[in-house]
Amino acid sequence: MDNTKRYERLLERYGNGDLSRRKFLGLLGAAGLAYGVQMPFSKGALAAVSEVRFDGWGGVVSEAFRKHAFDPYTNATGINVVDGTFGGGDEYLSRVKASQPGEYNIAHLSGVFDYARYHNLGLASELNEANIPNLANVIPKLIDVFRNVTGGTLSCVPYDYGTTGLAYNRKFISDDEMKEKGARILLEEKFKNKIGGWSDWRTRIWYGSLQTGQNPNGAEDMDAVWDAIRTHRDLALKYWNSGAELMSLLAEEEIYVTEGWSGRIYALQEQGHDIGYYDPPNSFGWQECLFVMKGSPMAECEELLNFMLERDTAVAVAEGQNYPPALDPNKVDLGKKVPTLPAFDPTGTLNGLTFADPAYWNGNEAEWSKTFGRVQKGY
Amino acid sequence: MTVETREARQPIILLTPALSTIGLLLIVPLGFVVVYSFWLRTATGADQVGFFLDNWVESLTDPFYRDILLNTIKIALITTVVCALAGYPTAYFIARSNGNRLVLLLLLMLPFWISYIIRTMSWINILGVSGAFNWALMSVGLTSEPIQMLYNEATVILGLVHFLLPFMILNVYVSLEGIDRTLEDAACSLGANRWRAFLEVTLPLSLPGLAAGGLLCFVLGAGTYITPLVLGGPTDAMFANLVFEAIITQLNWPLGSALSLMLLVVLGAVVMVYNRYLGMTQLMKGLQ
Repeated sequence: MDNTKRYERLLERYGNGDLSRRKFLGLLGAAGLAYGVQMPFSKGALAAVSEVRFDGWGGVVSEAFRKHAFDPYTNATGINVVDGTFGGGDEYLSRVKASQPGEYNIAHLSGVFDYARYHNLGLASELNEANIPNLANVIPKLIDVFRNVTGGTLSCVPYDYGTTGLAYNRKFISDDEMKEKGARILLEEKFKNKIGGWSDWRTRIWYGSLQTGQNPNGAEDMDAVWDAIRTHRDLALKYWNSGAELMSLLAEEEIYVTEGWSGRIYALQEQGHDIGYYDPPNSFGWQECLFVMKGSPMAECEELLNFMLERDTAVAVAEGQNYPPALDPNKVDLGKKVPTLPAFDPTGTLNGLTFADPAYWNGNEAEWSKTFGRVQKGY
Repeated sequence: MTVETREARQPIILLTPALSTIGLLLIVPLGFVVVYSFWLRTATGADQVGFFLDNWVESLTDPFYRDILLNTIKIALITTVVCALAGYPTAYFIARSNGNRLVLLLLLMLPFWISYIIRTMSWINILGVSGAFNWALMSVGLTSEPIQMLYNEATVILGLVHFLLPFMILNVYVSLEGIDRTLEDAACSLGANRWRAFLEVTLPLSLPGLAAGGLLCFVLGAGTYITPLVLGGPTDAMFANLVFEAIITQLNWPLGSALSLMLLVVLGAVVMVYNRYLGMTQLMKGLQ
């Protein structure tokens, strides 16, 4: 009930004789006092939602979101999108854990394992899918894996996918050599101090599994995997910590070979750097989603998600960030550039990509992340 | 109320805002960290509330943490020594320069106007394979191939020295400024040459400033994690990196709390030793 209605009712009761003049004036004065002394926060709480916070990976990805999604969304709805960045899912989760509900709203999360972690920590919201009609155009396989984690409901919409494959400087490594050696090229002695790697424990273990000929979603000889990680560590010049650092190390020729994110490597190629990209068998495939935190303004968030899944928005963002959108190519025309992006699957089945099994990775997270912390430092 | 009572209350009243601020911003958060250190991290990443000594037992008995702590102390010590060697002559030059002292001090403060992270990252453009130093070496024909200079312990120390050197110079400068210059003249008039006068008079009198600068460099150096992250190789971690990883990567806030308290105790012990023998007064002078 708004204040005007409340005063009208008081006046009506006074007019009907239900209230004495003294009591009517007293209540009116009390209402005026309450309005006068209310905190600025309460005024804000009563007001309509004017902004939504979005956190993503920064760099070209954030630029693409800002240009092709957030600014047009703000122009269309009047709701401002405040965007922040993070270097990795772990770092972001730590920030969210320290925050108040509603402080963070939407995150560009990577991998189903992150979705499961947020759900396990009680941070997941429940989307009203009726408010996101564009969800119907998303590749069904990408949606189903999320539904399985949250018991049939969704806390996110899939948005894009890509791979963490092998990036190499063609001046020093030929395409043939890369194909021949695959993931084991990261253990080549002749490239000592010219090898890089992401400081993410999952990626290190995934590639350690590939280098030892094991299933990355079910390695049985973990000792061999840790040995491979140690060998890589001793040959590596640097573990990179962000996409920007990855691009800088490759572009400046500090390193010749590393794993890399497909979209970032494509961005380097677009800039004219002669950097090759190769997905070895069982390369690390991942999908990213737009995850809505519990306590967020749901209607506004759902509106933003639906806006971002619009064909024109999704394709523009995909072309900007160089990752294929989650839209089904059998249902939506994805334009000319998207089919040329690395990791793009024209069938819409994604059968050619190997994704991380959330149960396997999250089940071992506590032990492996800690062990990697030690191996990384020379142990 | 008597005058005596009022006068006795005045310091408490005047100190209340400062003490409240320290309590709210330092003591209370520290209390949270202490409490956290006795909790446990569960497999899902959530914290188990209770009183568990597991994190403390692990922090104090695991040789991994001890080794990294010793390595951190080693790096901080080397950094402090380099800062002292490079900072003392600079401070001496500024203190003894006539006329342009203010300009020199302003130049010394200039780096503080730029973000510490940006200053650290600038070394990539200087020492990188495509950096200015390699370009210069190849331009004059000293080398045909770029030399790999970045991402090792030496560049971590270099980055720390870059960050901490002004603190050392300022402290030594303040100390040198307080020395009566006629004492050196008196030593010379008694037969000492300039070098001996410096060794016998100026250096001993400026040692408190050197010690204060050393303390600041050591404590700040031992607590940093950005420099090894940006300029270090895979194995060049310092103790603060372990705290960062425990809290951020492993989401293990209880263990991270225990580790951060461990570092706090070690650095606190260094400060206490300093205070016992030299007092904090000199440090305050340098910070003013």
